[in-house]
Amino acid sequence: MSSLWEYANPRKFIATSDRVLPWVAGLSLLTLTAGLVWGFWFTPEEARQGASVKIIFLHVPAALMAINAWLMMLVASLIWIVRRHHVSALAARAAAPVGAVMTVIALATGALWGQPIWGTWWVWDPRLTSFLILFLFYLGYIALWSAIEDDDTAADLTSVLCLVGSVFAVLSRYAVNFWNQGLHQPASLSLDREENVANVFYHPLLLSIAGFVLLFIALVLLRTQTEIRARRMRALLARERMG
Amino acid sequence: MIALLMRDLKLGVRAGGGFGLGLAFFLIVVTLVPFGVGPRPDLHASIAPGILWLGALLACLLSLDRIFALDWEDGSLDLLATAPLPMEALVSIKALAHWLTTGLPLVLVAPVLGILLNLSASGYLPLTLSLLLGTPALSVIGTFGAALTVGIKRGGLLLSLLVLPLYVPILIFGAEAARRGAEGLPYTTPLVMLAGITCGTIALLPFASASVLRVNLR
Repeated sequence: MSSLWEYANPRKFIATSDRVLPWVAGLSLLTLTAGLVWGFWFTPEEARQGASVKIIFLHVPAALMAINAWLMMLVASLIWIVRRHHVSALAARAAAPVGAVMTVIALATGALWGQPIWGTWWVWDPRLTSFLILFLFYLGYIALWSAIEDDDTAADLTSVLCLVGSVFAVLSRYAVNFWNQGLHQPASLSLDREENVANVFYHPLLLSIAGFVLLFIALVLLRTQTEIRARRMRALLARERMG
Repeated sequence: MIALLMRDLKLGVRAGGGFGLGLAFFLIVVTLVPFGVGPRPDLHASIAPGILWLGALLACLLSLDRIFALDWEDGSLDLLATAPLPMEALVSIKALAHWLTTGLPLVLVAPVLGILLNLSASGYLPLTLSLLLGTPALSVIGTFGAALTVGIKRGGLLLSLLVLPLYVPILIFGAEAARRGAEGLPYTTPLVMLAGITCGTIALLPFASASVLRVNLR
């Protein structure tokens, strides 16, 4: 009976992910291209926002993945803490820069969208602010990984940081909400608009979200493989130096 | 435990730098603000709660890497870890000592600096209360950050990168309470939230700090 935990064996993980990776990557390329092309060129312009609404096809999926990447890192960290599977820790490490880039994409496209609609690149709106804080969390996490030489120590420390960081990320979210209550800047636009987005926008948006999810999976698989191979190479080099 | 606390307090006060440095830094921050924003008393009054909170937070940050670094360097941290004292108690004592030598003086000096920034009369009580409730959380979170980075050479900058995002909720609620107080609005709600966060961090974070410290001493 093969169990999920067998993939904690790096060799098995590499073999399986090698087989899966081309499919995931290809599928992601397909859905992403389809979603974005459909979204950018084959949707009507929205009545009030004009063409600038089309940035939604980049903005919403990136924002979604920015949060989900941290969630995945949290799960992977928990697995590392409880069952000490090295692949899990390396997957969390591999996901962090991807998540950070997704956060940057969400922030940048949000600014580009906000400029014509709100007339400003940036407001201290709860959503925007908590995303900026999420970005800081990513930076700290990545910096801690790269600052520690011993792999197991680094995995342990970053896992705890990820746990504590998650709690504080949620706390910041509510704190920021609260903080903004008394301010005059209204949250003119929220990402929960999905339910009132018309179907013409909704379907390509779904496609492009699927594309982003697949892209994230592909990148994490690839980067985890790289981490495993890099670690193997370090071990080999160390053995050579000893002998 | 008491002995350890007394030792840390004495070291904090006597072993140069740490104790007075935070206060001096706080004073410097508050002094520099009027130069930065221009000599406008009404503006100073409106930003005073935020600036005082920010100054206190940065001054607290300044002394964080001293929590474990000195004991780590001379090896006494290993001795403390092998002592018949749970690691959780050790980090709690460290955090308490840090608060007594850094946080509490900041709380006491903040109202005096409030005068410099033209803080309105109704603002002193909420400012002091919010700092009194918030600075323990700063120390506890800072102890966690210091425990994370204890083995890292030149970890000071990394420490601030790790700790500052964790400080965000405390800064928001603390400064909000102080601001509302200064403007004569009711400030109970942010104060209660702040107290809640502080109690939560004091209850939970020592476990996280102890576990990362164990990893680092392994």
